[in-house]
Amino acid sequence: MTAPLAVFFVLAGLAVIGAINLILQKHPIHSALSLIVVMVALAGLYLLMGAEFVAAVQIIVYGGAIMVLFVLVIMLLNAGIEEHTSISKLAGVPGLLLVAALAGFITATIARSTDVVQAAQQTGDMSSNKGISNMLFRDFVYPFELTSFLILVAIMGAVVLAQREKS
Amino acid sequence: MSTFLSSNAELIITLVKIVLLLFIVLTVNAYLTWFERKVVAHIQSRWGPHRVGPHGLLQPLADGVKFLFKEDPTPAGVDKFVFYLAPLLALALAMTSIAIIPFGPDPIHVFGHDVYLGIAPPDLNIGILALFAITALGVYGIALAGWSSNSKYPLLGGLRSSAQMISYELALTMSVVGVLLLAGSFNLRDIINAQAHHPELGILGWNVWPQILGFICFFIAAIAETNRAPFDLPEAESELVAGFHTEYASFKFAMFFIAEYTSMITVSCLCSIMFFGGWLSPFPASWTFTHYVPSVILISFGLWVIWDGIRYETVFGKIILPAAGIAITALGAVFILFPDVNAFIQAPFWLLSKIFIFLFVYVWMRGTLPRFRYDQLMAFGWKLLLPVSIVNVVLTSFAILAKMQWGAK
Repeated sequence: MTAPLAVFFVLAGLAVIGAINLILQKHPIHSALSLIVVMVALAGLYLLMGAEFVAAVQIIVYGGAIMVLFVLVIMLLNAGIEEHTSISKLAGVPGLLLVAALAGFITATIARSTDVVQAAQQTGDMSSNKGISNMLFRDFVYPFELTSFLILVAIMGAVVLAQREKS
Repeated sequence: MSTFLSSNAELIITLVKIVLLLFIVLTVNAYLTWFERKVVAHIQSRWGPHRVGPHGLLQPLADGVKFLFKEDPTPAGVDKFVFYLAPLLALALAMTSIAIIPFGPDPIHVFGHDVYLGIAPPDLNIGILALFAITALGVYGIALAGWSSNSKYPLLGGLRSSAQMISYELALTMSVVGVLLLAGSFNLRDIINAQAHHPELGILGWNVWPQILGFICFFIAAIAETNRAPFDLPEAESELVAGFHTEYASFKFAMFFIAEYTSMITVSCLCSIMFFGGWLSPFPASWTFTHYVPSVILISFGLWVIWDGIRYETVFGKIILPAAGIAITALGAVFILFPDVNAFIQAPFWLLSKIFIFLFVYVWMRGTLPRFRYDQLMAFGWKLLLPVSIVNVVLTSFAILAKMQWGAK
């Protein structure tokens, strides 16, 4: 086994274990910590693929900004230990079916992976900052700006929802 | 054995560098506490530590032994795992961030390998981004310590620090954008080299002049990020006992302490690299006689230490101080006698001097300025620092655009 492959399996294992632990933990803070592990492991995977910029942004945005807000909110609300209820049959049966379908789909995609990987590599130069900037701000500038507009709409929605009613 | 050594040379070199850097950073940390106590004491017309060793120089050693052998109680009702994780996280992240810093431009040749000063590879494209990624995670150490202690003061300290670090991270990141625009790269080496375009200008070619707004924003935000006075609200002792580390004792407390001092060093490195030319000399390149500045400073300092040691009262001081003085003087003499060595140490010498000056400014501010009130802190960060740093980005962009449009080709 080559060194990059070994690192890949360690990081992938960390991500999967973190994701499972996220569901199994009873305390919200522990779940949030598991989610941070998943985020950082994903960043490591990006780094392994040579996407340095994406890896750094993954940690700054998800690991740093978003998860800090999660942890802060959990601390502010002083959320306690959750009670796990038994899983409902309605959620259980279709859920398992969906998991099986998703796993099958991913496996099938990977099985004929060579052309998929090549197609992903041909979309652009993801390793250099210049390549990413050119893609974001020149080739795909309208989808990019539209996405940011979408996020703005979500923020406005949150502000409207959080507004106190006038008495 | 030799084939193993040669095939894994890069790995071994990196490991040795990590161990060396850890050792150096921990020693510097220890003596930074001594330096801080001494400087703050003199600002406040006191003597500071002066009992343990000559000039209290062995005080850090005594403190270290004390930290190691103190009782380490775990309070009742704490979240054990997170309680132990938090100091580890704080220390590990602070230490990792210093691995990104390059300490010199030229490699040393060891057994046919180019060994660069600094752990990260010299062509690290995401240098500054990687640093911000690591410091962004640094919040967790403090926030989790506050939460897991199961006590009201640490919780309030942890909440405050999370809010403070999120607020100031924005200004910190925005204030760097101007420098990145000027350099056109995230790589710390490229950022330094971009300031060396006019070697005849010396100090006038550094980023601090075109980026004076950015520098002010960066330095203030960085002090707030490292939770140092006047922004040390998370541990405001008059309100919160000791803030997030109230319930920590012994070596777990020491780990927070070391983490704080290490991030001070990192911020000083960043300030000197991004705004003050990193390892560039402040003098114009044509003034070759300034290459003797390190030797002159070292020799005069060494001679002073010898003189000071001889008139010291204790026997220990009479031996240790002159010996150290002779070593320092000899080092300065070596730099004069061997021009190759002298040429090599110029860059690290200037970088280290700048880092030292920034560390002094840190301590100076702590000894001078009173602490902010919490609402003042938030208003200052959001209403002043962030807008000013955004204005700085816009101004820099327009200046670069104008230069591209009408400037000399």
